[in-house]
Amino acid sequence: MSGVIDLSALELRDAIAAGEVSAADATRAYLDAIETMDKQILAYNETFAERAMRQAEDIDKKRSAGETPDLLAGVPVALKDNICTSFGLTSCSSKMLENFHAPYDATVVGKLASAGAIVLGKTNMDEFAMGSSTENSACQTTHNPWDTSRVPGGSSGGSAAAVAARMCAMAIGSDTGGSIRQPAAFCGCVGLKPTYGRVSRYGLVAFGSSLDQIGPLTRDVADSALMLGVLAGHDSRDSTSVDRPVPDYLASLDKPIEKLRVGLIKEFHSESLDAEIRGAVDKAAGIYRDAGAEIIEVSLPHSRVDTDETGQLSSYAVACYYLVATAEASSNLARYDGVHYGHRTAEKVGGIVELYSRSRAEGFGDEVKRRIMLGTYALSSGYYDAYYLKALKVRRLIKNDFDAAFEKCDVLLAPTAPETAFGIGEKSADPLTMYMSDIYTISANLAGIPGISIPAGLSKSGLPLAVQLLGNVFAEETLLRAARMYEKSNGATRLIPEMVT
Amino acid sequence: MTEKKIDNELIRHIALLARIEMTDEQADALGRQFTDIVAYVDKLSELDTDGIEPMAHALDVCNVLADDVPGESLSSEQALANAPARDGDFFKVPKVIGDSQ
Repeated sequence: MSGVIDLSALELRDAIAAGEVSAADATRAYLDAIETMDKQILAYNETFAERAMRQAEDIDKKRSAGETPDLLAGVPVALKDNICTSFGLTSCSSKMLENFHAPYDATVVGKLASAGAIVLGKTNMDEFAMGSSTENSACQTTHNPWDTSRVPGGSSGGSAAAVAARMCAMAIGSDTGGSIRQPAAFCGCVGLKPTYGRVSRYGLVAFGSSLDQIGPLTRDVADSALMLGVLAGHDSRDSTSVDRPVPDYLASLDKPIEKLRVGLIKEFHSESLDAEIRGAVDKAAGIYRDAGAEIIEVSLPHSRVDTDETGQLSSYAVACYYLVATAEASSNLARYDGVHYGHRTAEKVGGIVELYSRSRAEGFGDEVKRRIMLGTYALSSGYYDAYYLKALKVRRLIKNDFDAAFEKCDVLLAPTAPETAFGIGEKSADPLTMYMSDIYTISANLAGIPGISIPAGLSKSGLPLAVQLLGNVFAEETLLRAARMYEKSNGATRLIPEMVT
Repeated sequence: MTEKKIDNELIRHIALLARIEMTDEQADALGRQFTDIVAYVDKLSELDTDGIEPMAHALDVCNVLADDVPGESLSSEQALANAPARDGDFFKVPKVIGDSQ
């Protein structure tokens, strides 16, 4: 059965449907892979071996009884640990929620179950999805399967590492400023952040509610299309989910787009960009040109990336994001009060404010505290106009730039991250430098548009490279088809780390 | 925006608003990081935003109303299941009345 975990989710689903592989064998193969690999990678916070085997046996029984298989029947998946499940824990990799049993399933969990997917476990993340390396986890430090001395990216680092190390067929992540796309880039997988409102957020533990989206981390673009088709759709339990039809993303995937207009973002393509990453973007532009696409230079002045004399990156979009996201976080995380659920101090306290303050001091890690504090500051009396309101105005300018760009282009081509996977501990002392990891991904969240990170081969030092495509709102079909065009021509996808082979 | 002085007093004030207890050492460290981060976000003051409509949300949806019909919701037992301390059907908290804060 050694080949089972090498199949893509789509191939595995078809093999199970054809009776070539049983869901039970596939699930066992993944559980074995977790058993051997995860000691080094530490991608999973929790696994559900028995439950997964029961689910798989049910799928096999249904198949033997002649039932038509569902879209993901028998496909083993991993969930980021901020997706609520009525089974197991939902910890957000925080001490605050270390014993939290969610009383219900997130909408996406219900959708995956209806589609026949098998949940292998919950994956590690930066605490409450705040970070770009998965080092801000109260549970464990996840290692990049390509080089275990390096981070897998974040915050969906556990999900990305699990996909890359063949410890699940596909995974779910969440993306508030790049948290699906950046770890996908670091681990050599495909990561898709859908349009804001495309996928229900019901049951996703909130960080920045106007920015958060759930999306797939997969080995290839076809699996991304498959998973998005399962996840997308309106949900009356999320008032920000949009009621519009979900296209069959897979059906159109292999049709190349004629007269595709690809925008190359001038401000992202500067001399200061890492040469190999710049090379990957140039190569992608060449691939599109050869496929008959028109390459158009576009400008996103308010997402401009600057480099100062010390090499420090900066951008209006990152500044805007760290006001909007932290303001929303300070409000969302006010619910952790040591009363309703979550950590409560064991010390004797004098009153309710002390109970709140001490429980929160004990339950939250440093980065979460820093962001709650920054958001509280941005929203506080005397600073609201100068920071929060100013950031919302800049957010509009950023969105206007995208609107203008999409008048001329169908998709925009960009780097995903300013660098390949960095070393564990390399940036943990400097929060501001860490924030710059999301410099090319953050604008999409502010504007609400979809983005996908696609593997682009390996760097000279053997680490995954990636390129990013951004699409107009609800243009996932175009985005995925354009991504598939690149993937097909580049021939550098489905990369496998040496430790897995 | 002029240069902001992030002193210990301001950090203490925000920590109280955010309900996060902090040692002096932690407040000092945070104050230093805050100074850097705030100087950084001040970059936005370079941009002219006169007459720009603030954008709180990426979607143009507002006032999404549901039909006024009862649906399923959590039972008291489910809602209380994760409570760190409970007393029957209630969440248990320290004395609130008379607390000066």
